[in-house]
Amino acid sequence: MTPVAVSIAATVASLVLLLAVLELVRRRRLREKYALLWILTAIVLLILSVWRGAVDSIAGALGVSYGPAVIFAIGALFVLVVLLHYSTVISALTDRTVTLAQDVALLEQRVESLEAAAGETTDEPTSNQQ
Amino acid sequence: MRCLAIIPAFNEGASVADVVREIHVAQPDCDVVVVDDGSRDATAAAARNAGATVLQLPFNLGIGGAVQTGYKYAWTNGYDIAIQVDADGQHPPSEMGKVIAPILAGTADMSTGTRFRGVGDFKSSASRRIGIELFARLVSLIIREQVTDTTSGFRAVNRKGIALFSVDYPQDYPEVETQALAHKHGLRLVEVPVEMRQRQAGESSIRLWGSTYYVIKVTLALVIGMFRSPVTTPEDGEQR
Repeated sequence: MTPVAVSIAATVASLVLLLAVLELVRRRRLREKYALLWILTAIVLLILSVWRGAVDSIAGALGVSYGPAVIFAIGALFVLVVLLHYSTVISALTDRTVTLAQDVALLEQRVESLEAAAGETTDEPTSNQQ
Repeated sequence: MRCLAIIPAFNEGASVADVVREIHVAQPDCDVVVVDDGSRDATAAAARNAGATVLQLPFNLGIGGAVQTGYKYAWTNGYDIAIQVDADGQHPPSEMGKVIAPILAGTADMSTGTRFRGVGDFKSSASRRIGIELFARLVSLIIREQVTDTTSGFRAVNRKGIALFSVDYPQDYPEVETQALAHKHGLRLVEVPVEMRQRQAGESSIRLWGSTYYVIKVTLALVIGMFRSPVTTPEDGEQR
């Protein structure tokens, strides 16, 4: 059997995670889109922490002698999924940053040539022309 | 009163030009800006040829980010009224006058053209109708005011609404959250019955595989939105 103290500690920890995620969303520090996986993680951990019979039967089926290890294993699995998801998000952000920088460079060149052309037509000194 | 029509467009090259031309006919005093959300087809060229101002995003931001670009343009360029029109042709420009009317009259800050107040016959799939109904109930509950169509993007706002949406506009699936957001910031909302057409081209941004994610994400956003503090809009700065 999973010790009661472990169940209580795990329940508190998953509740804190859930509330922290919701509070971050409320303060607009975390977008709903990226909060959903964390919320799912917290809810699954919460269920496993509260429902002690489930942990013990999963542990029995897998031949794991120490029940709480199942909570750790499933928690670790979810963290891996979240990390993998973030790796794809970071990759997409990298691509976008590259595109943005390139577009800014092209725009800057267009503005400079427009300024140069405008300077010529009004016969103003084009001192910052390169 | 300077009016701007905002048309978000993602691969709508087949229909966007007609929409722009129809707006020029129906609302000749209204400027038109097409926000090309990283289309891979000729959307931007088609819109430009039809006489619209085109804002071309360097990559696809999604409907929320695209529409908000239009509101930022409206704010920066001093427009008094902004009205969103879909690029796929489902919002008939001939109906724009009805949506703008409450804004012009000063009786509302945000006016939404809706399909379910008895005008026209709009056919939709059963699951879609259920989803629309569900969110209409939820939003009605949150803002304590009856709304019938939370998925319509046929919407006009005054300068106050432009200021709000230029700094805070929901991403991903914005239509449902927009009404709750506007209500939270003290905008007076009104729904106007309009006729809508079947989309000429393109497909709904809400596809079947995404509907579960859509329902969960929007519900979460609506519930958490109730506990959020209002944002500071550029209008607050102007009044100071």
